Amino acid sequence: MAQDQYAPHQSRDDAAEARYHRRAFLVMMALFLVAPYVVYPVFVMKALCFALFACAFNLLLGFGGLLSFGHAMFMGMAGYVSAHAAKVWGLPTELAILAGMAAATGLGFLAGLLAIRRQGIYFAMITLALAQMVFFFSLQAPFTGGEDGIQAVPRGRILGLIELSSPLAMYYTVLAIFTAGFLLIYRIIHSPFGQVLKAIRENEPRAISLGYRTDHYKLAAFVLSAGLAGLAGATKAIVFQLASLTDVHWTMSGEVVLMTLLGGMGTIFGPVVGAFAIITMENYLAELGSWFTITQGAIFVVCVLAFRRGIMGEFEAWLRRRRVR
Amino acid sequence: MTEIFGKPLPVIMGQLLIGLINGSFYALLSLGLAVIFGLLNIINFTHGAQYMMGAFAAYFLLNKLGLNYWWALVLAPLAVGATGVVIERLMLSRLYKLDHLYGLLLTFGIALVIQGAFRHEFGSAGLPYSIPALLEGGQNLGFMFLPNYRAWVIFASLVVCLGTWFVIERTKLGAYLRAATENPAMVQAFGINVPRMITLTYGFGVALAGLAGVMAAPIYQVNPLMGADTIIVVFAVVVIGGMGSIMGAVVTGFGLGVIEGLTKVFYPEASNTVIFVIMAIVLMIRPQGLFGSR
Amino acid sequence: MTFKRKLISTAAMLALSAGAAHAQISGNVVKIGVLNDQSGTYADLAGPGSTLAAKMAVEDFMAKDKSLKIEVVFADHQNKPDVGSQIARKWFDSDGVDVIVDLPTSSVALAVNQVAKEKGKAAIISTGASSDLTGKACTPNTVHWTYDTWQLANGTGSAIVKTGGDTWFFLTADYAFGHALERDTEAVVVKSGGKVLGKVRHPFPSSDFSSFLLQAQASKAKIIGLANAGADTTNAIKQAAEFGIVKGGQNLAGLLVFLTDVHALGLEKAQGLIFTESFYWDLNDKTREWSKRYAARHGGKMPSMGQAGVYAGVLHYLKAVAAAKTDDGTKVVAKMKELPTDDPLFGKGKIRADGRKIHDSYLFEVKKPSESKGPWDYYKLRATVPADQAFRPMEQGDCPLVKK
Repeated sequence: MAQDQYAPHQSRDDAAEARYHRRAFLVMMALFLVAPYVVYPVFVMKALCFALFACAFNLLLGFGGLLSFGHAMFMGMAGYVSAHAAKVWGLPTELAILAGMAAATGLGFLAGLLAIRRQGIYFAMITLALAQMVFFFSLQAPFTGGEDGIQAVPRGRILGLIELSSPLAMYYTVLAIFTAGFLLIYRIIHSPFGQVLKAIRENEPRAISLGYRTDHYKLAAFVLSAGLAGLAGATKAIVFQLASLTDVHWTMSGEVVLMTLLGGMGTIFGPVVGAFAIITMENYLAELGSWFTITQGAIFVVCVLAFRRGIMGEFEAWLRRRRVR
Repeated sequence: MTEIFGKPLPVIMGQLLIGLINGSFYALLSLGLAVIFGLLNIINFTHGAQYMMGAFAAYFLLNKLGLNYWWALVLAPLAVGATGVVIERLMLSRLYKLDHLYGLLLTFGIALVIQGAFRHEFGSAGLPYSIPALLEGGQNLGFMFLPNYRAWVIFASLVVCLGTWFVIERTKLGAYLRAATENPAMVQAFGINVPRMITLTYGFGVALAGLAGVMAAPIYQVNPLMGADTIIVVFAVVVIGGMGSIMGAVVTGFGLGVIEGLTKVFYPEASNTVIFVIMAIVLMIRPQGLFGSR
Repeated sequence: MTFKRKLISTAAMLALSAGAAHAQISGNVVKIGVLNDQSGTYADLAGPGSTLAAKMAVEDFMAKDKSLKIEVVFADHQNKPDVGSQIARKWFDSDGVDVIVDLPTSSVALAVNQVAKEKGKAAIISTGASSDLTGKACTPNTVHWTYDTWQLANGTGSAIVKTGGDTWFFLTADYAFGHALERDTEAVVVKSGGKVLGKVRHPFPSSDFSSFLLQAQASKAKIIGLANAGADTTNAIKQAAEFGIVKGGQNLAGLLVFLTDVHALGLEKAQGLIFTESFYWDLNDKTREWSKRYAARHGGKMPSMGQAGVYAGVLHYLKAVAAAKTDDGTKVVAKMKELPTDDPLFGKGKIRADGRKIHDSYLFEVKKPSESKGPWDYYKLRATVPADQAFRPMEQGDCPLVKK
């Protein structure tokens, strides 16, 4: 999925780009800080979890050029592990979340080893099939509770201090986790590692000929993305006090692709915007049952046919045009 | 009673036959995917939805027009194929210059719309479709009671799969098709209308899914979500068989159905995962798939 | 801490003074949320029919008592616990819903049960089945109205073993409900001197039972117990016929069969099935009168026991709200347990401390096509289990609310 963003005037553009990122980040954080006083906090928490999930996914698709159609396995498995850790092992909340993240990272390593052997469509189908395998595992493994899921997960307290049963305490904890994950992804993208990743996305044979062991880079990106998706899933399980099959099902993998595509893949803020757009839609359409699925599908079709840059992609293109003028 | 590895023979034979029935559907569906992929280089995610549409077409033909199963066997694939042609002309054809992944995403979106619309209209409980009178009842094979209809499914699927293989590998039409896969520009230069060939190929692949849907209706009920999970298994079948090969799709389809059936006897908990486990193993040893060329 | 408590008590006082005129009804309206499967496997036996039953209860209550403002809303939980608990949370937190009713699919019922307890709201479960809801998962906020897996097992299981069906093979829906039904039935079968030869769990929902039926066939058990419900049960019965299972001398026992399932199967395929229910439209004059009123507004379809339970449960809930002069979930449920129940569908009864509603239970047999006098004339009554024996004794349930 090639892109043509990086034109001449690199350094001047880079400075402008950084300024834009800083401003957008401040606006975003300001909105999130006041959000729970305006909107139903559980809704914003859900959207934040998905935003982090989409950002993690975007790291792989937008910057690594790898379309995974099985990212639900990381989200879902991390949810199960953190729910199990909090409920059965009685781990403190933050350790439970870390356990979920660790599980997703490990799973990401195994899945990555298999998947990166093929490119493009094959890569997508292999990740999809692996995710389905994890789905059936979750359906049958005793600790996941099958169709029932893991219910009544205690929220506990964060760092042993703050009781998370209060909505606001939970909200700001989720926001902190999201911000940490978001900044980490930003850091990765702008590190030398991220630059190599982009080079591989643009032209893998050339990257190989420059002496980069591209498989290692791709695997590393895959594992990072899986771990961060796991962070999102683990947090979500704690927020909703429930880990269930929905989060491992392939429709969830499709949903995160849609969020990223709609928001703008390969942009920093796109996945966040996309996640909020889709979750808002879900919020209003969920009670109408299938209308949500239909709308989701229609947005997919429109994005692919006519809106491939996504919301933030279009916005940034407009900014760039204005800067050139 | 005869036993193999501690399991009574009748149980094994019974599950083998059921595996063969499931395999018939895997084979028909992966065949359609392989035909489409061969020429269009697109993974048709809508395939599951089109399979479901075939079953619904049979249901409508029976309940609205009073046309029975045998009519449906002919008309439903035509109708579903026609919708495929429309999708190809209106949407897919705009994407050929882009990365093939966009084709995957587009067909995924279309599948969501179709499945959502049918679910909205008909709920997800499923509508009944009875077995045609001619094929009611069954044969007592001694080790199991084989319903006639299920025997018919295995037979019909084999005929269709081998017929398709024959047309593509052994006839002139098939030769054009294979040539267009290799080098469309050259085939176009010989005066063959390649875009039309692509459209019709997509229509044909989709019609195969519709046919599978008609055959499935009396077994699995007519359900808006019937194709949603099946298609993922079929993807794994296709990855195992290797994408290009027609024969690969057919052989792996039937073969994996049988393996799945055997797993149900010896280790039922793994019957849903076994295909994916095989996929993982094949990928490690032969990343291009069992019958793949590259 | 003391500061927090002060805040709460001030808030409570404010609420008191503001709402004195309307007693303590949050938002001045009693909001009833019908949460069930509106389009899937269980849509016929619960679904829109339950919403109608709840509305009829509100109308019948308002005809006698106009002091309350009542509203009914509904949503589709798609049989998924996460969807159900998210809707419940949103309803309780931001939409002012006071009570959630119906809740088929035990996994969802168990999840919402927790949410209701956490938020101090009420849940009246009618179509949900697991006996754990009044056992180890019981809460002071839940009433389990219509039936449960222990009752079904006890009614059907012992009746079948008594008539010679002493070897069993279970076909179980693989989630909380199937597990509970299988567990409770197995206990009864073993207690009555029968034997369980094997069991197989099928995904929920499932459309193809062929491979599971073959295993049941190979077990040579006399009875194949179907520990599933709705479309799963009807599909399994149809496919058993296709594979010649009944002809081969084995019998099917539908452990949970609703009137709507029998209707979907038709008498030809369903005749002779024996099962337990808590309600049938043709029991007495009162049930006939109400059911005809219901059918007239529901496309001629007679109510399932789940839908009847929604009506009766909502009616009793509203009586308790009026008596307690509040819609606080915990208080209303306490009031519901305190007041004796009396409604046209289930007669006189009571709600136990563990939340279990107590009434008679019936063993029905499906009529032969020749015996049926008209549409919906499907059952004949084989036996009545009196209320005091129909349900699990409270001390055996391990409900933490019950002091030993």
